[in-house]
Amino acid sequence: MKKILWFVVMSLAWFSSPAQAPANARIVNLSQFTDLMSRPSGNIMVLNFWATWCAPCIQELPLLEQLNKSSPDVDVLLVSMDLDLDPDPEKVYRFIARRQLRSEVLLLNASDPNSWIGRVEPSWSGALPATLVINPHTGKRIFVEGQLKEGELEKMLAKVR
Amino acid sequence: MKKKLILLLLTAAPLLSFTPPKGYEVGDRVQDFRLKNVDGKMVSLADYKDQKGVILIFDCNTCPYSKAYNDRIIALHTNYESKGFPVITINANDPQMSPGDSFEHMVDRAKSKNYTFPYLIDESQEVARAFGATNTPHVYLLTKSGNDFVVSYIGAIDNNPRQAESADKRYVEEAIDALLSGKAVPTKKTKAVGCGIKYRNA
Repeated sequence: MKKILWFVVMSLAWFSSPAQAPANARIVNLSQFTDLMSRPSGNIMVLNFWATWCAPCIQELPLLEQLNKSSPDVDVLLVSMDLDLDPDPEKVYRFIARRQLRSEVLLLNASDPNSWIGRVEPSWSGALPATLVINPHTGKRIFVEGQLKEGELEKMLAKVR
Repeated sequence: MKKKLILLLLTAAPLLSFTPPKGYEVGDRVQDFRLKNVDGKMVSLADYKDQKGVILIFDCNTCPYSKAYNDRIIALHTNYESKGFPVITINANDPQMSPGDSFEHMVDRAKSKNYTFPYLIDESQEVARAFGATNTPHVYLLTKSGNDFVVSYIGAIDNNPRQAESADKRYVEEAIDALLSGKAVPTKKTKAVGCGIKYRNA
Protein backbone atom coordinates (compact mmCIF):
# COMPACT_ATOMS: atom_id res chain seq x y z
CA MET A 1 0.00 0.00 0.00
CA LYS A 2 2.77 2.38 1.01
CA LYS A 3 4.65 1.61 -2.22
CA ILE A 4 1.57 2.33 -4.34
CA LEU A 5 0.96 5.59 -2.50
CA TRP A 6 4.56 6.64 -2.99
CA PHE A 7 4.31 5.78 -6.66
CA VAL A 8 1.12 7.78 -7.08
CA VAL A 9 2.60 10.81 -5.31
CA MET A 10 5.77 10.70 -7.40
CA SER A 11 3.76 10.32 -10.63
CA LEU A 12 1.61 13.30 -9.74
CA ALA A 13 4.72 15.32 -8.92
CA TRP A 14 6.25 14.35 -12.24
CA PHE A 15 3.22 15.21 -14.32
CA SER A 16 2.47 18.44 -12.54
CA SER A 17 6.03 19.74 -12.60
CA PRO A 18 6.43 22.72 -14.91
CA ALA A 19 7.89 22.08 -18.35
CA GLN A 20 11.56 22.95 -18.56
CA ALA A 21 12.38 25.78 -20.89
CA PRO A 22 13.90 24.22 -24.02
CA ALA A 23 17.52 25.20 -24.69
CA ASN A 24 16.46 27.31 -27.68
CA ALA A 25 13.81 29.35 -25.81
CA ARG A 26 14.05 32.30 -23.46
CA ILE A 27 11.87 35.05 -22.11
CA VAL A 28 12.97 38.59 -22.95
CA ASN A 29 11.65 41.93 -21.77
CA LEU A 30 11.17 44.94 -23.99
CA SER A 31 14.55 46.59 -23.42
CA GLN A 32 16.40 43.31 -23.99
CA PHE A 33 14.44 42.90 -27.19
CA THR A 34 15.03 46.41 -28.52
CA ASP A 35 18.74 46.07 -27.67
CA LEU A 36 18.83 42.92 -29.76
CA MET A 37 17.06 44.60 -32.66
CA SER A 38 19.53 47.47 -32.69
CA ARG A 39 22.73 45.44 -32.30
CA PRO A 40 25.38 46.88 -34.62
CA SER A 41 26.99 43.62 -35.67
CA GLY A 42 26.36 39.92 -36.13
CA ASN A 43 24.27 37.95 -38.57
CA ILE A 44 21.30 39.20 -40.51
CA MET A 45 18.25 38.72 -38.28
CA VAL A 46 14.89 37.38 -39.36
CA LEU A 47 12.44 38.32 -36.59
CA ASN A 48 9.15 36.52 -36.96
CA PHE A 49 6.27 37.60 -34.71
CA TRP A 50 3.95 34.69 -34.03
CA ALA A 51 1.89 32.91 -31.37
CA THR A 52 0.89 29.30 -30.68
CA TRP A 53 -2.77 30.20 -31.21
CA CYS A 54 -2.18 31.90 -34.58
CA ALA A 55 -3.02 29.52 -37.45
CA PRO A 56 -1.29 31.38 -40.30
CA CYS A 57 1.77 31.78 -38.06
CA ILE A 58 1.99 28.02 -37.58
CA GLN A 59 1.48 27.42 -41.28
CA GLU A 60 4.52 29.51 -42.20
CA LEU A 61 6.85 28.05 -39.52
CA PRO A 62 8.30 25.39 -41.86
CA LEU A 63 9.62 28.15 -44.14
CA LEU A 64 11.41 29.77 -41.20
CA GLU A 65 12.72 26.46 -39.88
CA GLN A 66 14.05 25.63 -43.32
CA LEU A 67 15.85 28.97 -43.50
CA ASN A 68 17.31 28.40 -40.05
CA LYS A 69 18.59 25.01 -41.13
CA SER A 70 20.05 26.08 -44.46
CA SER A 71 21.59 29.47 -43.64
CA PRO A 72 24.20 29.66 -40.88
CA ASP A 73 24.77 33.33 -41.73
CA VAL A 74 21.17 34.23 -40.82
CA ASP A 75 19.72 34.30 -37.30
CA VAL A 76 16.08 33.21 -37.36
CA LEU A 77 14.35 34.46 -34.20
CA LEU A 78 10.78 33.35 -33.57
CA VAL A 79 9.29 36.03 -31.34
CA SER A 80 6.30 34.60 -29.51
CA MET A 81 3.57 36.99 -28.38
CA ASP A 82 1.90 34.27 -26.28
CA LEU A 83 2.73 35.95 -22.97
CA ASP A 84 0.49 38.84 -23.99
CA LEU A 85 -2.54 36.71 -23.18
CA ASP A 86 -1.15 33.98 -20.93
CA PRO A 87 1.62 34.69 -18.41
CA ASP A 88 2.53 30.98 -18.25
CA PRO A 89 5.22 30.12 -20.85
CA GLU A 90 4.58 26.37 -20.65
CA LYS A 91 2.21 26.27 -23.59
CA VAL A 92 4.97 27.69 -25.75
CA TYR A 93 7.59 25.29 -24.36
CA ARG A 94 5.33 22.32 -25.06
CA PHE A 95 4.64 23.59 -28.56
CA ILE A 96 8.39 23.88 -29.25
CA ALA A 97 8.95 20.33 -28.00
CA ARG A 98 5.99 18.87 -29.88
CA ARG A 99 6.97 20.52 -33.17
CA GLN A 100 10.68 20.03 -32.56
CA LEU A 101 11.39 23.64 -33.44
CA ARG A 102 15.08 24.28 -33.90
CA SER A 103 15.08 28.04 -34.41
CA GLU A 104 15.73 30.36 -31.49
CA VAL A 105 12.47 31.30 -29.75
CA LEU A 106 12.10 34.54 -27.80
CA LEU A 107 9.02 34.92 -25.61
CA LEU A 108 8.43 38.66 -25.53
CA ASN A 109 7.22 39.84 -22.16
CA ALA A 110 6.16 43.42 -22.83
CA SER A 111 3.06 45.20 -21.57
CA ASP A 112 1.27 48.19 -23.09
CA PRO A 113 1.45 47.12 -26.76
CA ASN A 114 0.72 50.56 -28.19
CA SER A 115 3.88 51.91 -26.56
CA TRP A 116 6.23 49.61 -28.46
CA ILE A 117 4.59 48.25 -31.65
CA GLY A 118 5.54 51.41 -33.54
CA ARG A 119 9.11 51.16 -32.27
CA VAL A 120 9.52 47.70 -33.75
CA GLU A 121 8.17 48.88 -37.08
CA PRO A 122 6.17 52.10 -37.69
CA SER A 123 4.05 50.54 -40.43
CA TRP A 124 3.10 47.46 -38.38
CA SER A 125 -0.57 47.32 -37.41
CA GLY A 126 0.22 44.82 -34.65
CA ALA A 127 -1.46 41.94 -36.44
CA LEU A 128 0.20 38.53 -36.47
CA PRO A 129 2.07 37.10 -38.24
CA ALA A 130 4.66 39.68 -39.17
CA THR A 131 8.28 39.33 -40.27
CA LEU A 132 11.09 41.85 -39.97
CA VAL A 133 14.49 41.27 -41.59
CA ILE A 134 17.38 43.42 -40.34
CA ASN A 135 20.97 43.73 -41.54
CA PRO A 136 22.82 44.91 -38.39
CA HIS A 137 25.79 46.27 -40.33
CA THR A 138 23.92 48.53 -42.71
CA GLY A 139 20.77 49.03 -40.65
CA LYS A 140 18.79 48.07 -43.75
CA ARG A 141 15.47 46.47 -42.87
CA ILE A 142 12.43 45.10 -44.62
CA PHE A 143 9.07 44.30 -43.06
CA VAL A 144 6.11 42.21 -44.15
CA GLU A 145 2.75 41.72 -42.47
CA GLY A 146 0.74 38.55 -43.05
CA GLN A 147 1.54 34.95 -43.88
CA LEU A 148 4.80 34.41 -45.78
CA LYS A 149 4.69 32.84 -49.22
CA GLU A 150 7.21 30.31 -50.51
CA GLY A 151 10.39 32.13 -51.57
CA GLU A 152 9.44 35.37 -49.86
CA LEU A 153 12.09 35.17 -47.15
CA GLU A 154 14.82 34.74 -49.76
CA LYS A 155 13.59 37.84 -51.58
CA MET A 156 13.58 39.82 -48.34
CA LEU A 157 17.12 38.67 -47.52
CA ALA A 158 18.32 39.64 -50.98
CA LYS A 159 16.99 43.14 -50.39
CA VAL A 160 18.98 43.70 -47.16
CA ARG A 161 22.23 41.94 -47.94
CA MET B 1 19.54 46.05 -69.18
CA LYS B 2 16.26 44.41 -70.26
CA LYS B 3 17.10 41.34 -68.17
CA LYS B 4 17.72 43.50 -65.11
CA LEU B 5 14.46 45.35 -65.58
CA ILE B 6 12.45 42.16 -65.91
CA LEU B 7 14.18 40.76 -62.86
CA LEU B 8 13.37 43.90 -60.91
CA LEU B 9 9.71 43.74 -61.85
CA LEU B 10 9.49 40.06 -61.00
CA THR B 11 11.03 40.49 -57.58
CA ALA B 12 9.24 43.69 -56.63
CA ALA B 13 5.70 42.70 -57.57
CA PRO B 14 4.94 39.78 -55.26
CA LEU B 15 7.18 41.00 -52.46
CA LEU B 16 4.40 41.97 -50.13
CA SER B 17 2.32 39.10 -48.77
CA PHE B 18 -0.34 41.46 -47.68
CA THR B 19 -0.72 45.21 -47.87
CA PRO B 20 -2.97 46.33 -45.04
CA PRO B 21 -5.89 48.33 -46.50
CA LYS B 22 -5.43 52.06 -46.06
CA GLY B 23 -8.93 52.90 -44.89
CA TYR B 24 -10.26 55.75 -42.78
CA GLU B 25 -8.19 58.05 -40.62
CA VAL B 26 -9.36 60.03 -37.59
CA GLY B 27 -11.44 62.93 -38.84
CA ASP B 28 -12.73 61.12 -41.94
CA ARG B 29 -16.43 60.96 -42.78
CA VAL B 30 -17.68 57.41 -42.93
CA GLN B 31 -19.77 55.97 -45.75
CA ASP B 32 -22.97 54.21 -44.79
CA PHE B 33 -23.02 50.42 -44.85
CA ARG B 34 -25.75 47.76 -44.70
CA LEU B 35 -24.89 44.35 -43.30
CA LYS B 36 -26.76 41.29 -42.04
CA ASN B 37 -27.20 40.82 -38.31
CA VAL B 38 -27.28 37.47 -36.47
CA ASP B 39 -31.09 37.74 -36.33
CA GLY B 40 -31.20 37.84 -40.13
CA LYS B 41 -32.21 41.50 -40.31
CA MET B 42 -30.16 44.13 -42.14
CA VAL B 43 -28.52 46.92 -40.12
CA SER B 44 -27.25 50.24 -41.49
CA LEU B 45 -25.17 52.96 -39.91
CA ALA B 46 -28.02 55.28 -40.98
CA ASP B 47 -30.26 53.48 -38.48
CA TYR B 48 -28.20 55.20 -35.78
CA LYS B 49 -28.62 58.78 -36.98
CA ASP B 50 -30.31 59.86 -33.75
CA GLN B 51 -27.43 58.64 -31.58
CA LYS B 52 -24.44 60.76 -30.50
CA GLY B 53 -22.15 58.17 -32.05
CA VAL B 54 -21.36 54.51 -32.47
CA ILE B 55 -18.67 52.27 -31.03
CA LEU B 56 -17.92 50.22 -34.12
CA ILE B 57 -15.79 47.14 -33.43
CA PHE B 58 -14.37 44.71 -35.96
CA ASP B 59 -14.49 41.49 -34.01
CA CYS B 60 -14.77 37.73 -34.45
CA ASN B 61 -15.46 34.48 -32.62
CA THR B 62 -12.12 32.74 -32.80
CA CYS B 63 -9.35 35.22 -32.03
CA PRO B 64 -7.99 34.82 -28.47
CA TYR B 65 -7.77 38.62 -28.21
CA SER B 66 -11.43 38.89 -29.09
CA LYS B 67 -12.23 36.32 -26.43
CA ALA B 68 -10.15 38.21 -23.88
CA TYR B 69 -12.00 41.43 -24.70
CA ASN B 70 -15.51 39.98 -25.09
CA ASP B 71 -16.77 41.00 -21.65
CA ARG B 72 -15.23 44.44 -22.05
CA ILE B 73 -17.03 44.90 -25.36
CA ILE B 74 -20.33 43.94 -23.72
CA ALA B 75 -19.56 46.35 -20.86
CA LEU B 76 -18.94 49.22 -23.31
CA HIS B 77 -22.44 48.76 -24.67
CA THR B 78 -23.93 48.48 -21.20
CA ASN B 79 -22.18 51.64 -20.03
CA TYR B 80 -22.41 53.85 -23.09
CA GLU B 81 -25.59 52.95 -24.97
CA SER B 82 -27.66 55.08 -22.60
CA LYS B 83 -25.18 57.93 -23.10
CA GLY B 84 -25.70 57.87 -26.84
CA PHE B 85 -22.85 55.59 -27.89
CA PRO B 86 -24.08 52.05 -28.60
CA VAL B 87 -21.84 49.21 -29.80
CA ILE B 88 -21.98 47.58 -33.23
CA THR B 89 -19.71 44.59 -33.90
CA ILE B 90 -18.75 43.36 -37.37
CA ASN B 91 -17.10 40.07 -38.28
CA ALA B 92 -15.26 40.23 -41.59
CA ASN B 93 -13.26 37.00 -41.35
CA ASP B 94 -13.52 34.72 -44.35
CA PRO B 95 -15.30 31.58 -43.05
CA GLN B 96 -13.33 29.41 -45.51
CA MET B 97 -10.09 30.53 -43.91
CA SER B 98 -11.62 30.56 -40.43
CA PRO B 99 -14.54 28.09 -40.09
CA GLY B 100 -15.17 29.05 -36.46
CA ASP B 101 -16.22 32.49 -37.70
CA SER B 102 -19.09 31.33 -39.90
CA PHE B 103 -22.51 32.96 -39.64
CA GLU B 104 -23.90 29.99 -37.71
CA HIS B 105 -21.12 30.32 -35.16
CA MET B 106 -21.78 34.04 -34.88
CA VAL B 107 -25.43 33.33 -34.12
CA ASP B 108 -24.37 30.87 -31.40
CA ARG B 109 -21.95 33.38 -29.84
CA ALA B 110 -24.51 36.20 -29.77
CA LYS B 111 -27.02 33.87 -28.19
CA SER B 112 -24.72 32.40 -25.54
CA LYS B 113 -23.38 35.80 -24.48
CA ASN B 114 -26.78 37.50 -24.71
CA TYR B 115 -25.68 40.20 -27.10
CA THR B 116 -27.98 43.23 -26.94
CA PHE B 117 -26.11 44.88 -29.81
CA PRO B 118 -25.72 43.89 -33.47
CA TYR B 119 -23.14 41.31 -34.53
CA LEU B 120 -22.99 41.85 -38.28
CA ILE B 121 -21.38 39.70 -40.97
CA ASP B 122 -19.28 41.46 -43.63
CA GLU B 123 -19.45 38.72 -46.25
CA SER B 124 -17.79 40.64 -49.07
CA GLN B 125 -15.24 42.12 -46.64
CA GLU B 126 -15.87 45.48 -48.35
CA VAL B 127 -16.76 47.33 -45.16
CA ALA B 128 -13.67 46.09 -43.32
CA ARG B 129 -11.53 47.11 -46.32
CA ALA B 130 -13.22 50.53 -46.52
CA PHE B 131 -12.40 51.13 -42.88
CA GLY B 132 -8.92 49.66 -43.18
CA ALA B 133 -9.46 47.32 -40.25
CA THR B 134 -6.46 45.08 -39.65
CA ASN B 135 -6.91 43.17 -36.37
CA THR B 136 -9.60 41.82 -34.14
CA PRO B 137 -10.79 43.49 -32.06
CA HIS B 138 -10.31 46.84 -33.84
CA VAL B 139 -12.35 49.84 -32.67
CA TYR B 140 -13.53 52.74 -34.82
CA LEU B 141 -15.27 55.23 -32.55
CA LEU B 142 -17.69 57.24 -34.68
CA THR B 143 -19.24 60.55 -33.68
CA LYS B 144 -22.30 62.13 -35.30
CA SER B 145 -21.41 65.42 -36.95
CA GLY B 146 -24.28 67.04 -38.85
CA ASN B 147 -25.61 64.35 -41.15
CA ASP B 148 -22.44 62.32 -41.07
CA PHE B 149 -20.54 59.94 -38.84
CA VAL B 150 -16.92 61.00 -38.37
CA VAL B 151 -14.08 58.86 -37.03
CA SER B 152 -12.96 60.08 -33.58
CA TYR B 153 -10.71 57.25 -32.45
CA ILE B 154 -9.12 54.17 -34.00
CA GLY B 155 -7.47 51.24 -32.27
CA ALA B 156 -7.40 49.14 -29.12
CA ILE B 157 -9.97 49.07 -26.34
CA ASP B 158 -7.34 49.46 -23.62
CA ASN B 159 -3.64 48.75 -23.02
CA ASN B 160 -3.88 45.38 -21.25
CA PRO B 161 -5.34 42.47 -23.24
CA ARG B 162 -4.68 39.97 -20.48
CA GLN B 163 -6.37 41.71 -17.54
CA ALA B 164 -9.11 44.33 -17.70
CA GLU B 165 -8.42 45.47 -14.14
CA SER B 166 -4.77 46.15 -14.89
CA ALA B 167 -5.46 48.32 -17.92
CA ASP B 168 -4.45 51.85 -16.97
CA LYS B 169 -5.21 53.35 -20.36
CA ARG B 170 -8.82 52.77 -21.36
CA TYR B 171 -8.69 54.42 -24.76
CA VAL B 172 -12.31 54.04 -25.87
CA GLU B 173 -13.81 55.08 -22.53
CA GLU B 174 -11.49 58.08 -22.30
CA ALA B 175 -12.38 59.11 -25.83
CA ILE B 176 -16.13 58.93 -25.27
CA ASP B 177 -15.92 60.64 -21.87
CA ALA B 178 -13.95 63.47 -23.50
CA LEU B 179 -16.45 63.80 -26.37
CA LEU B 180 -19.40 63.84 -23.95
CA SER B 181 -17.82 66.73 -22.03
CA GLY B 182 -17.00 68.66 -25.19
CA LYS B 183 -13.26 68.05 -24.91
CA ALA B 184 -10.79 66.76 -27.48
CA VAL B 185 -10.07 63.03 -27.59
CA PRO B 186 -6.75 62.62 -25.70
CA THR B 187 -5.42 59.58 -27.60
CA LYS B 188 -6.74 59.41 -31.15
CA LYS B 189 -5.07 56.32 -32.49
CA THR B 190 -3.47 53.25 -30.97
CA LYS B 191 -2.15 49.90 -32.08
CA ALA B 192 -2.63 46.48 -30.56
CA VAL B 193 -1.15 43.03 -31.15
CA GLY B 194 -3.83 40.74 -32.41
CA CYS B 195 -5.13 38.31 -34.97
CA GLY B 196 -5.09 39.68 -38.48
CA ILE B 197 -8.50 39.87 -40.10
CA LYS B 198 -8.75 36.90 -42.49
CA TYR B 199 -8.97 38.77 -45.77
CA ARG B 200 -9.32 36.79 -48.97
CA ASN B 201 -6.52 37.66 -51.40
CA ALA B 202 -7.80 40.60 -53.47
